[in-house]
Amino acid sequence: MSPRRTPIPAQEEPGEVADANRVLLIACGALAREILAITKGHSWHHMDLTCLPALLHNAPDKITDAVRACVAKHRDSYQNIFVVYADCGTGGQLQSACDDMGVKMIAGPHCYSFYEGNERFSNEHADEITAFYLTDFLVRQFDAFFWKPMGLDRHPNLRDIYFKHYTKLVYQAQTDDPALTKKARDCASRLGLAFERRYTGYGDLETVLRDQSALSI
Amino acid sequence: MSEQDDEIILSELDDEELVQQMFDDLYDGLKEEIEEGVNILLGRDWAPYQVLTEALVGGMTIVGKDFRDGILFVPEVLLAANAMKGGMAILKPLLAETGAPRMGKMVIGTVKGDIHDIGKNLVSMMMEGAGFEVVDLGINNPVENYLEAITTEEPDILGMSALLTTTMPYMKVVIDTLIEKGIRDDYVVLVGGAPLNEEFGKAIGADAYCRDAAVAVETAKEYMARKHNLMAAS
Repeated sequence: MSPRRTPIPAQEEPGEVADANRVLLIACGALAREILAITKGHSWHHMDLTCLPALLHNAPDKITDAVRACVAKHRDSYQNIFVVYADCGTGGQLQSACDDMGVKMIAGPHCYSFYEGNERFSNEHADEITAFYLTDFLVRQFDAFFWKPMGLDRHPNLRDIYFKHYTKLVYQAQTDDPALTKKARDCASRLGLAFERRYTGYGDLETVLRDQSALSI
Repeated sequence: MSEQDDEIILSELDDEELVQQMFDDLYDGLKEEIEEGVNILLGRDWAPYQVLTEALVGGMTIVGKDFRDGILFVPEVLLAANAMKGGMAILKPLLAETGAPRMGKMVIGTVKGDIHDIGKNLVSMMMEGAGFEVVDLGINNPVENYLEAITTEEPDILGMSALLTTTMPYMKVVIDTLIEKGIRDDYVVLVGGAPLNEEFGKAIGADAYCRDAAVAVETAKEYMARKHNLMAAS
C-alpha cells in the first residue's frame, strides 16, 4: 500500500472555499473511513484528506519520517495542515517533528485513547494493561494487521506466546454494526480472550476536526 | 525419491554434520529435532556447555543476525527461540551439575504497566546461553520488585524491558530510585524494547541500550570484562 498521491476532498463536490482556507488532514489510513464520515456528515467541504499506509501501525518508528515527508510535499499547497496521528508509539518524536514543522496534531497516546476520549481513557482505562484493543478498522482488517503478520495463520501455536498475558479483547465501536460486532467477537475467540464491546463513536476525533474546521473558515 | 528416503536421521550424522543440521533445525523452529540433537551430542560425551554454545547459541546467533537484517521476522524468531528453549530445558540441570563457567548474574523484568515479555524472554534465554545466571522477574514490575530482587540476588546487571512508549519512561523511575538510594553504580543497567533507542537510554541514565538479544549479550560481556579488569587493577 502506498500513500495517496493526491489529497481527496472530504466531499465529492468541494464547496466554494478559497484555497488559502483549505485544510489538509494528514492521517493514518486506519482513520480514513471515519474522517470522511465526519467531514462529509458535517459538510466540511474545505477539508481534504491524504493518508499514510495504515500498516505503519506495526512500524511506529517509521511514522515520524513518513509524516514529515508528507507535510513537506503538501506544504506549498496548503496554509493549514493538521496531522491526524496521536503519539502512536513514536515516543514523542512525532510531536517534536510537528512542533518543528509548525503543524498541529491530535493529542493522546493512540487512537484507542482519543476514540474513547483522552480524558476518559486516562481516568478510566489507563491501567487496563491486559486489554487488547480493536477499532472498527482493526476488526475489518484483523487478518491483514494481526493474524498474518504475527504468523498465526501458519503457526497457531504462537498465539499463547503473544497473548498469554492478555485477558480480554475490547472492541471500541465507532459505529453500530452488528456484523462488525460479530466479527470482533470472533476475533476474541480466535485469540482466546474474553470479549467486551464499548461504543465510543468518534470521540475526540470529531471534536478536534470540528475545531480545525472552525479555525480555517 | 520418496519422502522417507529424504528424511535425515540425526543419529547417523557425524558431529560436525549434526551441529550444522541443528543450526538448520533451529532456524526452522523444530523443537523436537533440537531436543533429539542435544541428547545425541550428550550421548557422544559432549559437555553440556559445549552443546549449549556450539550447537544452540551458534544456531541462535544466525537467527539473530537474519532477524536484524530483515530476512527473518518475529514469528520465525519465536519458533526458533521455542526450539532452543526445548534444548535448554535438557541442558540447564546438567550445566549446574558440571560447573559450567559463569559470566555474571542478571536480574531482568518488564517494567510496571507493561505485560509484553517476548523480547525480554529472548534476552533471558540468550544471556543464559552465554553463561549468565538470570533471575527473571516477569512482567509489570514496580520499582519495589527491582529493589527487592537486587537486594536478595546481588546481580551484576539490572535489565529492564518495555514495549510501549507509555511505559518506557518508568525505567527512569527505577534508575532515579537507585540513584536516590546511592546504589546506582553498583549495577550495570541495560535497557531494551522496540520503542527505545540509544538516545533514550542515555537520557534516562542507563549504561546501555540494547537493540536486540544478541547486542544485550555482547554488551553484558563487555561490562563484565571491564568489571573484572577494574577488580584486577585495584
